[in-house]
Amino acid sequence: MQLRTLWHAVAIGSAFAATPVAAQTIYPINRAEILEGSRFDFKVEFPNAPTSADVAVTINGKPAAEIFGKGTTFTQNEEGQKHSALWLRGATLPAGNYTVEATQGTNKATVKWEVFATTQPRRAKNVILFIGDGMSVANRTAARILSKGWDEGRYNGELAMDDMSNMALISTSGTDSIVTDSANAAHAYTTGHKSCVNALGVYCAKNALTLDHPKVETIAEVIKRRGKMAIGVVTNSEIEDATPASMVAHTRRRSDFNDIVKMFHDVQPDVIMGGGSPNFLPKTTPGSKRTDELDFIARFKEAGYTLATTKTEMNAAVAAGSKKLLGLYNTGNIDGAFDLRLTRKGTVSKFPDQPDVVEQTKAALDLLKGNEDGFFLMVESARIDKYSHSLDWERSVFDTIMLDNAVKVAKDFAGDRNDTLIIVVPDHAHPISIIGTYDDDRPGQLLRDKLGVYADSVPPNYGPLDADGYPTKVDTSRRLAVVYGSYPDTCDTGRPDMTGERVPAVKGPDGKTNIANEKDCTGPLAARRTGNLPFDANSGVHAADDVILTAMGPGAEKFRGHKPNTYVFRVMAEALALGGE
Amino acid sequence: MQRQRHEMLTTRRVTLMGLAVALLCREARAAEPATIAFDGLYKSFGVLGFQFSDRVTSLRGQEVRLTGYMAPPLKPESHFFVLTREPLAICPFCQSDADWPVDIVVVFMKEITPMVSAGRKVVVSGRLEIGSATDPETGFVSQIRLVDARFTLA
Ligand SMILES: [Zn+2]
Repeated sequence: MQLRTLWHAVAIGSAFAATPVAAQTIYPINRAEILEGSRFDFKVEFPNAPTSADVAVTINGKPAAEIFGKGTTFTQNEEGQKHSALWLRGATLPAGNYTVEATQGTNKATVKWEVFATTQPRRAKNVILFIGDGMSVANRTAARILSKGWDEGRYNGELAMDDMSNMALISTSGTDSIVTDSANAAHAYTTGHKSCVNALGVYCAKNALTLDHPKVETIAEVIKRRGKMAIGVVTNSEIEDATPASMVAHTRRRSDFNDIVKMFHDVQPDVIMGGGSPNFLPKTTPGSKRTDELDFIARFKEAGYTLATTKTEMNAAVAAGSKKLLGLYNTGNIDGAFDLRLTRKGTVSKFPDQPDVVEQTKAALDLLKGNEDGFFLMVESARIDKYSHSLDWERSVFDTIMLDNAVKVAKDFAGDRNDTLIIVVPDHAHPISIIGTYDDDRPGQLLRDKLGVYADSVPPNYGPLDADGYPTKVDTSRRLAVVYGSYPDTCDTGRPDMTGERVPAVKGPDGKTNIANEKDCTGPLAARRTGNLPFDANSGVHAADDVILTAMGPGAEKFRGHKPNTYVFRVMAEALALGGE
Repeated sequence: MQRQRHEMLTTRRVTLMGLAVALLCREARAAEPATIAFDGLYKSFGVLGFQFSDRVTSLRGQEVRLTGYMAPPLKPESHFFVLTREPLAICPFCQSDADWPVDIVVVFMKEITPMVSAGRKVVVSGRLEIGSATDPETGFVSQIRLVDARFTLA
């Protein structure tokens, strides 16, 4: 998440744009891959606010309007700013290679696009996209150790996501930053375009309003526009949060939650499940976070949705054969597996009947599988990332196990029908690694004394597994030593926090600098760590490291080697034959 | 800590000086703000909204005292901050109110005051307001507020 960093990114972006030699900027950007027939906004920005007579835009040597078959509009001094803008909202193109040139006086800017077709017939009836938010390789390794066990160098079992036919290494950068955030990263999967940090379904142009930037169509919109396939969006974060929002949203600022709820209503995915109900309630309802009187609970009901606010209601809706389901199970994020199962902390007492991601996935599949034209389902295990921001690796790994159990549900659904493409992929990494084990029986008083590395790294003694493959005791005498590569000033206790999610740092009295949370600094082994992040960071940050994608089903064979994240969209669009009008 | 000592003194006085003084004392204490707690703010709390407890409703417009954690302040000096039940893990106000927990209490100070570390427990006294209101300065929508408030470290 790290919204603070986002401001920096925006500020740096405009600093570059303000340099005097700024050239014309063309959207979609250079090397864009565009699905044939998909909608996108074409925009060219000309610095220093020229008149239309001073500029020319051609595509493959012809006037842009001729290639698009639609007129463009030109605005001098767009929004009173020091640039002029040429626009065509809702453009489409047939498959082919395109060279776009924008000429302004003696300056020429050029971008190339590939508009790709998809071959018929459609190969997959269904696509299930699992996103492990912030799930690094160490999350998978630790999940395997905790849920399958380890003995003499071998694991006693494979994760459901390990045992899939295809694998690829995915790079996750955005246009503006090597290290991306979840908005822009999920946007790459749902649109096939690269964009900037904080953006969903748009390119980042100079527009002042967050909703005015040049849009690109999301896979949910393409599917809804083209036919009768059903759409599901399932998460344990707030439903307005970046990853689920990437299915429907077009905004330069991911925190436009109230607008994002409206966008969910515009696109109407058949299944919508997560937390984050306050942005659905009119502002006069105590508990609302809206700033207007719109009642989206009522609006979704009017649109034929069954509302579920608990696991019991969710299952009842599925049993009753509901075709459309809005499930909102918490005002904030749904509690993670660690708190749901072990501590009953967090908001479990307030919301005692929340479904976890596995139960949500089951319900979503039961509801969607009746659709004759198939479905596209996105399932996110969101808090893998959020807990890593808090340097709370046990909770992050529990939610990795939870994701894997949801993948198991999907694999059981797909069975041997061979019509369902299942993809499991993180949106980005965190700098997290396993370096050995802590053993309380080792001599010494410091956390470092208790750490065994290489041959001194004794196997952990986590408690017996429950029926769902989670260890029932994690606060044991021999524990994995998991380290994060990025952290603010903090204290490392070397053991799980059984009182609730870790709070690694808190804001100091100057309102800017973050300092260690003293709550963690007093335990018997607590080790003070001087942060390695900027002083205004209060939690861990994402990493640019590539992530591991695994997949099975029709189309999965295309995942091999190293690919950019936009390629995931392309494989899904090809499997569903989403190209053309 | 300070309140405990106050109560101990009160008790001693009661035993030493007898009933009349005890009655006086009780009257003097009745003028002090009523204490409310995060746990007692609501009688129902669900995803479709919540209802304030009868006690909170009856204390509307009166001076109350509430203990909580100061959320990361916007500025080192401000007349406005957010009080939360638990210390917040992630700085939410960097860009918007999107990530706030729902059961926050917004505090408008009597005067601009230097803020303390986020994560510090504070005791806030102020006049209780409930019902939806939008701060004209920040656009922040709140359902429960303490206004003309002061705080001390807990
Ligand atoms: Zn994140």
